[in-house]
Amino acid sequence: MKVSLTVNERPVEADLPANTLLSDLIRGHLGLTGTHVGCDTSQCGACTVHLNGRAVKSCTILAAQAQGAAVTTIEGIGAPGNLHPMQAAFQDAHGLQCGFCTPGMIMAAIDLVQNAGPLDETKVREGLEGNLCRCTGYHNIVKAVLSAAERL
Amino acid sequence: MYEFDYHHPDSVAAAIALRAGAADGSYLAGGMTLLPTLKQRLASPSDLIDLAGVTGLTGIEVTADRVTIGAMTRHAEVAASEQIKGSIPALAFLASQIGDTQVRNRGTLGGSVANSDPSADYPAAVIGLGATLQTDHRTIAAEDYFQDLFQTALEEGELIRSIAFPIPRRAAYRKFPNPASRYAVVGVFVAQFAAGVRVGVTGAGPCAFRPAEFEAALNQRLDPAALDDVVIDHDRFNSDMHASAEYRGNLLRVMARRAVADLLAQPA
Repeated sequence: MKVSLTVNERPVEADLPANTLLSDLIRGHLGLTGTHVGCDTSQCGACTVHLNGRAVKSCTILAAQAQGAAVTTIEGIGAPGNLHPMQAAFQDAHGLQCGFCTPGMIMAAIDLVQNAGPLDETKVREGLEGNLCRCTGYHNIVKAVLSAAERL
Repeated sequence: MYEFDYHHPDSVAAAIALRAGAADGSYLAGGMTLLPTLKQRLASPSDLIDLAGVTGLTGIEVTADRVTIGAMTRHAEVAASEQIKGSIPALAFLASQIGDTQVRNRGTLGGSVANSDPSADYPAAVIGLGATLQTDHRTIAAEDYFQDLFQTALEEGELIRSIAFPIPRRAAYRKFPNPASRYAVVGVFVAQFAAGVRVGVTGAGPCAFRPAEFEAALNQRLDPAALDDVVIDHDRFNSDMHASAEYRGNLLRVMARRAVADLLAQPA
Protein backbone atom coordinates (compact mmCIF):
# COMPACT_ATOMS: atom_id res chain seq x y z
CA MET A 1 0.00 0.00 0.00
CA LYS A 2 1.08 3.57 -0.61
CA VAL A 3 2.17 5.69 2.34
CA SER A 4 3.18 9.34 2.31
CA LEU A 5 4.58 11.21 5.28
CA THR A 6 7.44 13.48 6.16
CA VAL A 7 10.58 12.18 7.84
CA ASN A 8 12.91 14.83 9.23
CA GLU A 9 10.94 17.41 7.23
CA ARG A 10 11.56 15.60 3.93
CA PRO A 11 8.53 14.23 2.08
CA VAL A 12 8.61 10.45 1.76
CA GLU A 13 6.44 8.26 -0.41
CA ALA A 14 6.66 4.50 -0.32
CA ASP A 15 4.73 1.51 -1.59
CA LEU A 16 4.94 -1.07 1.19
CA PRO A 17 3.29 -4.26 2.39
CA ALA A 18 0.56 -3.35 4.91
CA ASN A 19 2.41 -5.15 7.69
CA THR A 20 5.52 -2.95 7.41
CA LEU A 21 6.48 -1.37 10.73
CA LEU A 22 7.43 2.29 10.93
CA SER A 23 10.85 1.19 12.24
CA ASP A 24 11.35 -0.92 9.09
CA LEU A 25 10.40 2.00 6.86
CA ILE A 26 12.84 4.26 8.71
CA ARG A 27 15.76 1.84 8.83
CA GLY A 28 15.26 -0.43 5.84
CA HIS A 29 13.72 1.81 3.22
CA LEU A 30 15.14 5.19 4.20
CA GLY A 31 18.47 3.95 5.57
CA LEU A 32 18.13 6.02 8.72
CA THR A 33 19.81 3.51 10.98
CA GLY A 34 20.23 5.85 13.92
CA THR A 35 16.86 4.57 15.10
CA HIS A 36 17.70 1.27 16.76
CA VAL A 37 15.58 -1.83 17.21
CA GLY A 38 16.58 -3.40 20.50
CA CYS A 39 13.96 -5.81 21.79
CA ASP A 40 11.34 -5.71 19.04
CA THR A 41 8.76 -6.46 21.75
CA SER A 42 7.82 -2.87 22.62
CA GLN A 43 9.78 -2.88 25.87
CA CYS A 44 13.14 -1.20 25.36
CA GLY A 45 12.39 2.12 23.65
CA ALA A 46 15.56 2.15 21.50
CA CYS A 47 13.31 2.66 18.45
CA THR A 48 11.71 5.82 19.86
CA VAL A 49 11.01 8.55 17.30
CA HIS A 50 8.69 11.54 17.32
CA LEU A 51 5.34 11.21 15.58
CA ASN A 52 3.78 14.65 15.28
CA GLY A 53 6.04 15.81 18.10
CA ARG A 54 5.35 13.01 20.59
CA ALA A 55 7.64 10.10 21.48
CA VAL A 56 6.44 6.74 20.18
CA LYS A 57 8.00 3.31 19.73
CA SER A 58 8.43 2.96 15.98
CA CYS A 59 8.57 -0.85 16.26
CA THR A 60 4.98 -0.80 17.52
CA ILE A 61 3.39 1.33 14.82
CA LEU A 62 2.61 0.33 11.28
CA ALA A 63 4.08 2.56 8.63
CA ALA A 64 0.50 2.87 7.36
CA GLN A 65 -0.55 4.41 10.68
CA ALA A 66 1.95 7.23 10.07
CA GLN A 67 0.19 8.24 6.85
CA GLY A 68 0.28 12.04 6.64
CA ALA A 69 2.29 12.38 9.85
CA ALA A 70 5.50 14.24 10.59
CA VAL A 71 8.17 11.84 11.85
CA THR A 72 11.43 13.00 13.41
CA THR A 73 14.31 10.59 13.99
CA ILE A 74 17.62 11.08 15.78
CA GLU A 75 19.14 12.14 12.43
CA GLY A 76 16.65 15.01 12.28
CA ILE A 77 17.56 16.78 15.49
CA GLY A 78 21.29 17.39 15.21
CA ALA A 79 24.52 16.46 13.48
CA PRO A 80 28.19 16.10 14.42
CA GLY A 81 29.45 19.59 15.10
CA ASN A 82 25.90 20.85 15.51
CA LEU A 83 24.48 18.70 18.27
CA HIS A 84 21.00 19.16 19.66
CA PRO A 85 21.25 20.46 23.26
CA MET A 86 19.99 17.07 24.51
CA GLN A 87 22.73 15.28 22.56
CA ALA A 88 25.32 17.71 23.92
CA ALA A 89 24.05 17.15 27.45
CA PHE A 90 24.38 13.37 27.08
CA GLN A 91 27.94 13.87 25.89
CA ASP A 92 28.82 16.29 28.69
CA ALA A 93 27.25 14.19 31.46
CA HIS A 94 28.58 10.86 30.15
CA GLY A 95 24.98 9.72 29.68
CA LEU A 96 25.97 6.77 27.52
CA GLN A 97 28.39 3.90 27.38
CA CYS A 98 27.71 1.54 24.49
CA GLY A 99 25.28 4.02 22.94
CA PHE A 100 22.71 1.54 21.72
CA CYS A 101 19.82 2.96 23.74
CA THR A 102 20.94 6.56 23.28
CA PRO A 103 18.92 7.58 20.20
CA GLY A 104 15.72 6.38 21.88
CA MET A 105 16.71 7.94 25.20
CA ILE A 106 17.33 11.29 23.53
CA MET A 107 14.08 11.28 21.56
CA ALA A 108 12.10 10.31 24.68
CA ALA A 109 13.95 12.91 26.75
CA ILE A 110 13.18 15.70 24.29
CA ASP A 111 9.46 14.83 24.45
CA LEU A 112 9.74 14.83 28.25
CA VAL A 113 11.38 18.25 28.41
CA GLN A 114 8.93 19.72 25.91
CA ASN A 115 5.73 18.26 27.32
CA ALA A 116 6.06 17.17 30.94
CA GLY A 117 6.36 20.56 32.67
CA PRO A 118 8.95 21.26 35.36
CA LEU A 119 11.25 18.27 35.86
CA ASP A 120 13.02 16.82 38.84
CA GLU A 121 14.94 13.58 39.20
CA THR A 122 11.83 11.53 40.02
CA LYS A 123 9.93 12.90 37.04
CA VAL A 124 12.81 12.17 34.69
CA ARG A 125 13.08 8.61 35.95
CA GLU A 126 9.33 8.10 35.56
CA GLY A 127 9.37 9.78 32.17
CA LEU A 128 12.06 7.43 30.89
CA GLU A 129 10.37 4.24 32.11
CA GLY A 130 9.85 3.25 28.49
CA ASN A 131 13.57 3.27 27.72
CA LEU A 132 15.96 0.62 28.94
CA CYS A 133 19.73 1.00 29.28
CA ARG A 134 21.91 -1.99 30.07
CA CYS A 135 25.12 -0.06 30.77
CA THR A 136 24.82 3.12 32.75
CA GLY A 137 22.43 2.45 35.57
CA TYR A 138 20.59 5.58 34.37
CA HIS A 139 22.32 7.91 36.80
CA ASN A 140 24.16 10.00 34.21
CA ILE A 141 21.24 9.83 31.80
CA VAL A 142 19.05 11.50 34.41
CA LYS A 143 21.77 14.11 35.00
CA ALA A 144 21.98 14.76 31.27
CA VAL A 145 18.25 15.25 30.89
CA LEU A 146 18.05 17.61 33.87
CA SER A 147 20.98 19.57 32.49
CA ALA A 148 19.44 19.77 29.02
CA ALA A 149 16.11 20.85 30.52
CA GLU A 150 17.87 23.99 31.76
CA ARG A 151 19.39 24.69 28.33
CA LEU A 152 16.28 24.04 26.26
CA MET B 1 3.62 -10.48 11.31
CA TYR B 2 1.33 -12.38 9.01
CA GLU B 3 -0.08 -10.44 6.09
CA PHE B 4 -3.34 -8.53 6.36
CA ASP B 5 -5.28 -5.89 4.50
CA TYR B 6 -5.19 -2.46 6.13
CA HIS B 7 -8.16 -0.09 6.06
CA HIS B 8 -8.55 3.42 7.41
CA PRO B 9 -12.22 4.37 7.33
CA ASP B 10 -13.41 7.86 8.29
CA SER B 11 -16.77 6.99 9.86
CA VAL B 12 -18.19 4.53 12.38
CA ALA B 13 -20.57 3.19 9.74
CA ALA B 14 -17.73 2.54 7.30
CA ALA B 15 -15.64 0.86 10.02
CA ILE B 16 -18.49 -1.46 10.94
CA ALA B 17 -19.16 -2.30 7.29
CA LEU B 18 -15.48 -3.13 6.74
CA ARG B 19 -15.42 -5.31 9.81
CA ALA B 20 -18.61 -7.10 8.77
CA GLY B 21 -17.19 -7.72 5.30
CA ALA B 22 -13.86 -9.10 6.51
CA ALA B 23 -13.22 -12.82 6.86
CA ASP B 24 -11.57 -12.27 10.26
CA GLY B 25 -11.29 -8.56 10.84
CA SER B 26 -9.91 -6.70 13.83
CA TYR B 27 -10.26 -3.06 14.82
CA LEU B 28 -6.97 -1.24 15.41
CA ALA B 29 -7.12 1.49 18.08
CA GLY B 30 -3.76 2.55 19.55
CA GLY B 31 -2.24 -0.83 18.78
CA MET B 32 -0.25 -1.05 22.02
CA THR B 33 -1.51 -4.58 22.64
CA LEU B 34 -2.60 -5.63 19.18
CA LEU B 35 0.65 -4.88 17.34
CA PRO B 36 2.89 -6.79 19.77
CA THR B 37 0.37 -9.64 19.54
CA LEU B 38 0.59 -9.61 15.74
CA LYS B 39 4.39 -9.39 15.81
CA GLN B 40 4.53 -12.52 17.93
CA ARG B 41 2.15 -14.19 15.49
CA LEU B 42 -0.33 -14.87 18.26
CA ALA B 43 -3.13 -13.57 16.02
CA SER B 44 -3.62 -13.48 12.28
CA PRO B 45 -6.52 -11.21 11.34
CA SER B 46 -7.34 -10.99 7.65
CA ASP B 47 -8.05 -7.27 7.90
CA LEU B 48 -7.03 -4.45 10.24
CA ILE B 49 -9.50 -1.58 10.44
CA ASP B 50 -7.67 1.45 11.81
CA LEU B 51 -9.97 3.69 13.86
CA ALA B 52 -7.56 6.65 14.07
CA GLY B 53 -9.27 8.54 11.26
CA VAL B 54 -12.85 7.82 12.31
CA THR B 55 -14.63 11.04 13.24
CA GLY B 56 -16.52 11.30 16.51
CA LEU B 57 -14.39 8.91 18.55
CA THR B 58 -12.17 11.44 20.33
CA GLY B 59 -12.66 14.23 22.78
CA ILE B 60 -13.44 14.90 26.42
CA GLU B 61 -16.72 16.39 27.62
CA VAL B 62 -17.41 17.30 31.23
CA THR B 63 -20.90 18.10 32.53
CA ALA B 64 -22.16 18.62 36.09
CA ASP B 65 -22.31 14.93 36.89
CA ARG B 66 -20.22 13.03 34.34
CA VAL B 67 -17.06 12.93 32.27
CA THR B 68 -17.47 11.47 28.79
CA ILE B 69 -14.35 10.42 26.94
CA GLY B 70 -14.19 9.37 23.29
CA ALA B 71 -12.93 5.82 22.78
CA MET B 72 -9.93 6.88 20.67
CA THR B 73 -8.74 9.43 23.23
CA ARG B 74 -5.17 8.60 24.11
CA HIS B 75 -3.96 7.98 27.67
CA ALA B 76 -1.62 11.00 27.53
CA GLU B 77 -4.57 13.28 26.72
CA VAL B 78 -6.59 11.98 29.66
CA ALA B 79 -3.59 12.26 31.97
CA ALA B 80 -2.97 15.88 30.92
CA SER B 81 -6.59 17.04 30.71
CA GLU B 82 -7.26 19.97 33.04
CA GLN B 83 -10.99 19.21 32.72
CA ILE B 84 -10.54 15.68 34.01
CA LYS B 85 -8.05 16.75 36.69
CA GLY B 86 -10.73 19.19 37.86
CA SER B 87 -13.60 16.67 37.91
CA ILE B 88 -12.16 13.17 38.50
CA PRO B 89 -8.46 13.70 39.31
CA ALA B 90 -8.09 10.00 40.15
CA LEU B 91 -8.98 9.14 36.55
CA ALA B 92 -6.32 11.47 35.16
CA PHE B 93 -3.86 9.98 37.66
CA LEU B 94 -4.77 6.44 36.59
CA ALA B 95 -4.11 7.35 32.96
CA SER B 96 -0.72 8.82 33.93
CA GLN B 97 0.28 5.45 35.43
CA ILE B 98 -0.43 3.31 32.35
CA GLY B 99 2.60 1.72 30.70
CA ASP B 100 5.21 4.32 29.82
CA THR B 101 5.31 7.68 28.03
CA GLN B 102 5.45 6.16 24.55
CA VAL B 103 2.57 3.79 25.31
CA ARG B 104 0.47 6.64 26.73
CA ASN B 105 1.10 8.65 23.56
CA ARG B 106 -0.53 5.90 21.47
CA GLY B 107 -2.78 3.75 23.66
CA THR B 108 -6.47 4.58 23.85
CA LEU B 109 -9.28 4.28 26.40
CA GLY B 110 -11.48 2.28 24.03
CA GLY B 111 -8.68 -0.06 23.01
CA SER B 112 -7.85 -0.84 26.62
CA VAL B 113 -11.46 -1.44 27.66
CA ALA B 114 -12.37 -3.42 24.52
CA ASN B 115 -9.38 -5.70 25.05
CA SER B 116 -10.12 -6.11 28.77
CA ASP B 117 -6.68 -7.37 29.68
CA PRO B 118 -6.94 -8.70 33.25
CA SER B 119 -4.09 -6.36 34.27
CA ALA B 120 -5.12 -3.21 32.39
CA ASP B 121 -5.66 -0.08 34.48
CA TYR B 122 -8.75 1.53 32.94
CA PRO B 123 -11.16 -1.33 33.73
CA ALA B 124 -10.70 -0.60 37.47
CA ALA B 125 -12.05 2.93 36.93
CA VAL B 126 -14.79 1.82 34.53
CA ILE B 127 -16.24 -0.54 37.12
CA GLY B 128 -15.17 1.47 40.18
CA LEU B 129 -17.01 4.57 38.95
CA GLY B 130 -19.94 2.63 37.47
CA ALA B 131 -19.29 3.99 33.96
CA THR B 132 -21.56 3.51 30.97
CA LEU B 133 -20.17 2.41 27.61
CA GLN B 134 -21.72 3.87 24.49
CA THR B 135 -21.24 1.55 21.53
CA ASP B 136 -22.31 1.99 17.93
CA HIS B 137 -25.83 0.75 18.74
CA ARG B 138 -26.45 0.59 22.51
CA THR B 139 -25.28 1.46 25.99
CA ILE B 140 -23.72 -1.09 28.33
CA ALA B 141 -23.39 -0.69 32.11
CA ALA B 142 -19.96 -1.49 33.54
CA GLU B 143 -21.47 -4.24 35.70
CA ASP B 144 -22.68 -6.05 32.61
CA TYR B 145 -19.57 -5.41 30.54
CA PHE B 146 -16.66 -7.35 32.08
CA GLN B 147 -17.47 -11.06 31.88
CA ASP B 148 -14.34 -13.19 32.05
CA LEU B 149 -10.73 -13.40 30.86
CA PHE B 150 -10.60 -11.16 27.76
CA GLN B 151 -14.37 -11.62 27.51
CA THR B 152 -16.70 -8.64 27.45
CA ALA B 153 -20.31 -7.94 26.53
CA LEU B 154 -19.18 -6.59 23.14
CA GLU B 155 -20.74 -8.46 20.25
CA GLU B 156 -18.78 -9.39 17.14
CA GLY B 157 -17.92 -6.13 15.37
CA GLU B 158 -19.47 -3.90 18.04
CA LEU B 159 -17.52 -0.67 18.45
CA ILE B 160 -17.12 1.45 21.60
CA ARG B 161 -17.75 5.12 20.79
CA SER B 162 -17.27 6.65 24.22
CA ILE B 163 -17.36 5.95 27.93
CA ALA B 164 -19.22 8.13 30.45
CA PHE B 165 -17.83 8.20 34.00
CA PRO B 166 -20.06 9.53 36.83
CA ILE B 167 -18.22 12.17 38.89
CA PRO B 168 -17.73 11.00 42.49
CA ARG B 169 -17.23 13.18 45.55
CA ARG B 170 -13.73 11.78 45.91
CA ALA B 171 -11.80 8.92 44.39
CA ALA B 172 -8.32 7.41 44.37
CA TYR B 173 -6.39 4.76 42.45
CA ARG B 174 -3.45 2.72 43.64
CA LYS B 175 -1.69 -0.06 41.81
CA PHE B 176 1.29 -2.31 42.32
CA PRO B 177 2.93 -2.19 38.90
CA ASN B 178 4.85 -5.05 37.42
CA PRO B 179 8.36 -3.55 37.38
CA ALA B 180 9.00 -4.61 33.77
CA SER B 181 5.68 -4.12 32.00
CA ARG B 182 4.06 -1.50 34.29
CA TYR B 183 0.84 -3.50 34.08
CA ALA B 184 -1.09 -3.66 37.36
CA VAL B 185 -0.26 -6.82 39.31
CA VAL B 186 -3.20 -5.51 41.34
CA GLY B 187 -4.86 -2.10 41.01
CA VAL B 188 -7.69 -0.72 43.14
CA PHE B 189 -9.96 2.23 42.36
CA VAL B 190 -12.04 3.52 45.27
CA ALA B 191 -14.79 6.09 44.68
CA GLN B 192 -17.04 7.82 47.18
CA PHE B 193 -20.47 8.84 45.88
CA ALA B 194 -23.44 10.31 47.75
CA ALA B 195 -25.01 6.85 47.49
CA GLY B 196 -21.98 5.04 48.93
CA VAL B 197 -18.52 3.73 48.23
CA ARG B 198 -17.65 1.69 45.14
CA VAL B 199 -14.46 -0.30 44.63
CA GLY B 200 -13.10 -1.48 41.27
CA VAL B 201 -10.28 -4.01 41.11
CA THR B 202 -8.00 -4.95 38.23
CA GLY B 203 -5.13 -7.43 38.03
CA ALA B 204 -6.41 -9.80 40.70
CA GLY B 205 -9.08 -11.75 38.82
CA PRO B 206 -9.77 -12.81 35.24
CA CYS B 207 -11.42 -9.43 34.62
CA ALA B 208 -12.20 -6.25 36.53
CA PHE B 209 -14.68 -6.67 39.38
CA ARG B 210 -16.20 -5.08 42.48
CA PRO B 211 -15.23 -6.78 45.77
CA ALA B 212 -18.58 -6.73 47.60
CA GLU B 213 -16.99 -7.44 50.96
CA PHE B 214 -14.68 -4.40 50.66
CA GLU B 215 -17.55 -2.13 49.65
CA ALA B 216 -19.68 -3.34 52.58
CA ALA B 217 -16.84 -2.70 55.04
CA LEU B 218 -16.07 0.76 53.62
CA ASN B 219 -19.73 1.74 53.59
CA GLN B 220 -19.83 0.99 57.31
CA ARG B 221 -16.62 2.88 58.01
CA LEU B 222 -14.60 4.72 55.37
CA ASP B 223 -11.17 4.06 56.83
CA PRO B 224 -8.20 1.95 55.67
CA ALA B 225 -8.41 -0.06 58.89
CA ALA B 226 -11.96 -1.14 58.00
CA LEU B 227 -10.34 -3.54 55.51
CA ASP B 228 -7.98 -5.18 58.01
CA ASP B 229 -10.23 -8.11 58.89
CA VAL B 230 -12.16 -8.57 55.66
CA VAL B 231 -11.73 -12.13 54.43
CA ILE B 232 -10.47 -12.23 50.83
CA ASP B 233 -11.41 -15.24 48.74
CA HIS B 234 -8.51 -15.60 46.30
CA ASP B 235 -9.59 -18.94 44.87
CA ARG B 236 -10.33 -17.53 41.42
CA PHE B 237 -7.49 -15.00 41.42
CA ASN B 238 -4.80 -15.07 38.75
CA SER B 239 -1.66 -17.02 39.47
CA ASP B 240 1.34 -16.69 37.15
CA MET B 241 5.10 -16.17 37.10
CA HIS B 242 4.64 -12.65 38.49
CA ALA B 243 2.47 -13.38 41.51
CA SER B 244 0.53 -16.20 43.14
CA ALA B 245 -3.20 -15.91 43.75
CA GLU B 246 -2.55 -15.68 47.47
CA TYR B 247 -0.05 -12.82 46.99
CA ARG B 248 -2.52 -11.01 44.76
CA GLY B 249 -5.09 -11.36 47.54
CA ASN B 250 -2.67 -9.66 49.92
CA LEU B 251 -1.85 -6.92 47.39
CA LEU B 252 -5.57 -6.31 46.96
CA ARG B 253 -5.94 -5.42 50.62
CA VAL B 254 -2.74 -3.34 50.68
CA MET B 255 -3.60 -1.36 47.53
CA ALA B 256 -7.19 -0.83 48.72
CA ARG B 257 -6.00 0.50 52.07
CA ARG B 258 -3.62 2.91 50.32
CA ALA B 259 -6.34 4.05 47.92
CA VAL B 260 -8.73 4.72 50.81
CA ALA B 261 -6.00 6.70 52.60
CA ASP B 262 -5.40 8.75 49.42
CA LEU B 263 -9.14 9.35 49.10
CA LEU B 264 -9.45 10.51 52.71
CA ALA B 265 -6.55 12.92 52.23
CA GLN B 266 -8.68 14.85 49.73
CA PRO B 267 -11.17 17.49 50.91
CA ALA B 268 -14.63 15.99 51.55
